[in-house]
Amino acid sequence: MKDAPGTRDYDWLLLAILAAICALGVIEIYSATHGSTLSGMHMKQVRWLVIGFVLMFALSRLDYHLILDQAPALYLLGITALIAVLLVGHTRFGAKRWINVPGIGELLQVSELVKLIIIIVLARFFAEVRSDQLDLRDLIKAGLLVGVPLVLILKQPDLGTALVLIPLLVVGAFLAGLQWQHAAAFSLAGILLVGAVFYPSVSRRILKPYQRERITSFLHPEEDAKGSGYQLLQSKIAVGSGGFWGKGFSNGSQNQLGYIPVRYSDFIMSAWAEEQGFKGVLLALGLYMALLLRLVQNAQRAKDRAGMFLVMGVAAALGFHVLVNVAMVIGAMPVTGIPLPLMSYGGSATLFVFLAIGLVMNVRLRRFVN
Amino acid sequence: MSYWFRNDNRLPQARLAIASYIIVGMIGVLLLGFWKLQVIDADKYSSLAERNRVRYIPVIAPRGRMLDREGRVLVDNRPSFSVLLLRDDLAQVQKHLAGISEGLGIPLDDLHDQLNNAKNLPKFQPIIIKPDASPADVAFIESHRSDIPVLEMIPVHRRRYLPGGFFAHAAGYVGEVSEQQIEASNGRLRPGDFAGKSGLERQYNDLLQGTDGMRRVVVNSVGKEVDRLATQEAISGKQILLTIDYDLQQVAEQALGARPGAAVALDPRTGEVLAMVSHPTLDPNDFAVRISASDWKSLNEDRQKPLLNRAIQAQLAPGSVFKIVTATAMLEDKNPPESFTTFCPGYATFYGRQFKCYIYGKGSHGVAGLHKAVLESCDIFFYNVGMRLGIDRLSYYGSKFGLGRKTGIDLPEELPGLMPSAEWVERVYHRKWYAGETISVAIGQGAVITTPLQLARMIGGIASGGVFKQPHLLKDALNVGEERVALSEATVEKITDAMYGVVNEEGGTARNVRLPGIEVGGKSGTAQVIGYATREKFGKQKKFEDNAWFVGYAPRRNPEIVVCVLVQESGKHGGEAAGPVVKEVIKAYYDKKNKKTQGQETAESKQPDPRNTPARLAATAPRSALKPEESAAVVPARASAEPRR
Repeated sequence: MKDAPGTRDYDWLLLAILAAICALGVIEIYSATHGSTLSGMHMKQVRWLVIGFVLMFALSRLDYHLILDQAPALYLLGITALIAVLLVGHTRFGAKRWINVPGIGELLQVSELVKLIIIIVLARFFAEVRSDQLDLRDLIKAGLLVGVPLVLILKQPDLGTALVLIPLLVVGAFLAGLQWQHAAAFSLAGILLVGAVFYPSVSRRILKPYQRERITSFLHPEEDAKGSGYQLLQSKIAVGSGGFWGKGFSNGSQNQLGYIPVRYSDFIMSAWAEEQGFKGVLLALGLYMALLLRLVQNAQRAKDRAGMFLVMGVAAALGFHVLVNVAMVIGAMPVTGIPLPLMSYGGSATLFVFLAIGLVMNVRLRRFVN
Repeated sequence: MSYWFRNDNRLPQARLAIASYIIVGMIGVLLLGFWKLQVIDADKYSSLAERNRVRYIPVIAPRGRMLDREGRVLVDNRPSFSVLLLRDDLAQVQKHLAGISEGLGIPLDDLHDQLNNAKNLPKFQPIIIKPDASPADVAFIESHRSDIPVLEMIPVHRRRYLPGGFFAHAAGYVGEVSEQQIEASNGRLRPGDFAGKSGLERQYNDLLQGTDGMRRVVVNSVGKEVDRLATQEAISGKQILLTIDYDLQQVAEQALGARPGAAVALDPRTGEVLAMVSHPTLDPNDFAVRISASDWKSLNEDRQKPLLNRAIQAQLAPGSVFKIVTATAMLEDKNPPESFTTFCPGYATFYGRQFKCYIYGKGSHGVAGLHKAVLESCDIFFYNVGMRLGIDRLSYYGSKFGLGRKTGIDLPEELPGLMPSAEWVERVYHRKWYAGETISVAIGQGAVITTPLQLARMIGGIASGGVFKQPHLLKDALNVGEERVALSEATVEKITDAMYGVVNEEGGTARNVRLPGIEVGGKSGTAQVIGYATREKFGKQKKFEDNAWFVGYAPRRNPEIVVCVLVQESGKHGGEAAGPVVKEVIKAYYDKKNKKTQGQETAESKQPDPRNTPARLAATAPRSALKPEESAAVVPARASAEPRR
């Protein structure tokens, strides 16, 4: 096994796309916060980005097969951490999601780390399924692997992050040869579950009050003036009032006057769309599309199935984030608390993305190695 | 055995390609969503964003001031704050209503009512929930800016009237507009706005009111004002110059004193009202904000009727003042002829009924012709004249001289009084006129009732040779009405001589009104509230005491000033109770006139340019020779307008 691949082998185009998206994020975080008590936040984000880049390169040096070898241990570590969060975690914004990492002093959102672990675990699992069709037994096993952390994350409660685990399973299963009849059956079950969530008498049993409120306010935004329906409405107003050309940098009234909720984080796309208009959205979504397609390309050129599953796991997670976050910004989905990768402010989320990209680099660097 | 066993590196390329298409499709769908919001519905969301950030705050136009004829301030404004409730976000309003009610001390029901009343107005228009905020209210709003974002304060102007009810009735007062007024205003008035409710405030409301402006401000998501956009300036109401002379008004107010009654001074040459007093008075400052229901009730139910402007609303028997009508009618109709005399034994019998002269039991007027009868106000003479003239002629002249109809003064509350006639009795009581009633009317008793203003206009007009100018309070009024009644010069001469005699000749009823160097004429009246018989039955009670009238003017012919004074229930003779008030006002008028003509030379040589006069100096000498406009500009309103009582 030839080690230490050359710098030439890095995916520089992917890095350029990544850097461009990060730049848009930093610009908009600056615009959204520079005039407020939060000013200086963009520099904090830059710090996270720098740490992210370093971690990404570090992770890319470590052969992913070694990482896959450790999958069971990582899985146990992840589950333990999730249980620890529930027991001793820090409560912020009404949910236990953070634990203090000794030495760093920063609060780390464990569920972000768990997403990464699940990507690795599923890649190993599906790579080891040695048939061209995924049978029901393996499908249920994969479901259980995802189900345990999912339930633990739901307990925090963090519906958004829990939901991200589902596309990891779906995409992995699909590429592992999911059979159409299984797909149909599980889709039906999924639709029934979602339908039940929207049906009041069922949702009362399974969902937390704030989650129910988010769903009702999504369905009837006008009934909820200052709650999450208000947030969606204000976000839509911001996006719509931006028009084609946008109101200009640091000139969006919805953004600058604080009508957009958490405008530097979950709703950063709303602020961006207001100030940069449709042309800016075109640029941002174009970059995300390029990023995702580039990931798929990397998957297609992976040396083995395990590498392909790793890369596609990352693509699934990022794609799902983009889809759910942006759909929320334009009022097409309820508020779920899922940030926009690389643009939204946030330490743990940013580190997760860079580590995930680090895995992708890892696979790419070893595509010619035998 | 599977395919994958043999080639572990064979990837599901077809499914990966599908994944690519899904990614492109997903981004495409999201872009469609943005296209819908940002291109198709951009206008809708732009206006929503604008509505979010922009708030409309009214800028209240100050009401025009009222100045006297020399530019001294009679009615002014003072700064104050009104509390606004912003209704853009009704859910927010409902949420905070209880807190607002508690913090500002407004009953919750009251707030609900106010919100209900305003529900037809555009939502961006805030409503005034508390005019004239106290310092505590201001502090409450300032400290709750972030948690109660629906409250706002605006500076407003409140009416400031002269204290002590000075000139209160004619000035009137303002109050919150009624629903009818809002409907009638075509959107110009909103709930909580103030408008004139009575007097000049109501008469000239359109002039005084001005047009409110609107300030557009940018607010952030917690309602804090962060920037100011275009301001549509308020247009101040016009200031109005009145015919009132502050000095004469003050003299009249003081001379009438605490007695219930009224005083009106007119310039009969122009119809200008120089002074208008009605007592008891009220303090309109109490209504300048909001009057409580109980205060309003007690004012309305007060037996003294302080809300009544007696100068134009007291409709009472004119008593002997009416004898001028009878006398003029006799001279004009020559029936009975001028040489007609009667003997007064203190009573006379007409149509089988005894009519007393006021002198009954105290002596006799002896033989009297017209001049002496007016001087001594002999009832017997005028009973006989009235009998000969008949009610038709008395009614004809009374109406000609303006009795029984409004003078047309620029006040909304004027009442017409009544000049009875045979036709009137038939129309109202469906009966024939009794000839005996004419006897009473001839001396101003019976059904005839008049207001002080009507008598001032009438006496002034007759003394001016039959030229009756429409009384008015607005200086420089256009189209002042004028009525001319053809009276022969001889008649006018004899009547004015007789009225001069009342004040200046031996035996006149108002010799106490005499002023050296001034030719004052006039006629007293002592009107019974009830008949002699009834009075005997109830004994001497204050409320049945006689009303005292005196109408005086100067000079003897073509007078410059005519003053009518009514003192109600004085129990005294007209000349005695009302005469001195008239005398004071006429004296003040001449004092001022003489000072002006004498002072002119010194004013020109000694007085500095009024523009350079320090305000404080000017304030202590408001009667200086400043021209009206200049004095209004230089003299601080408050200092000059304070009546020195």
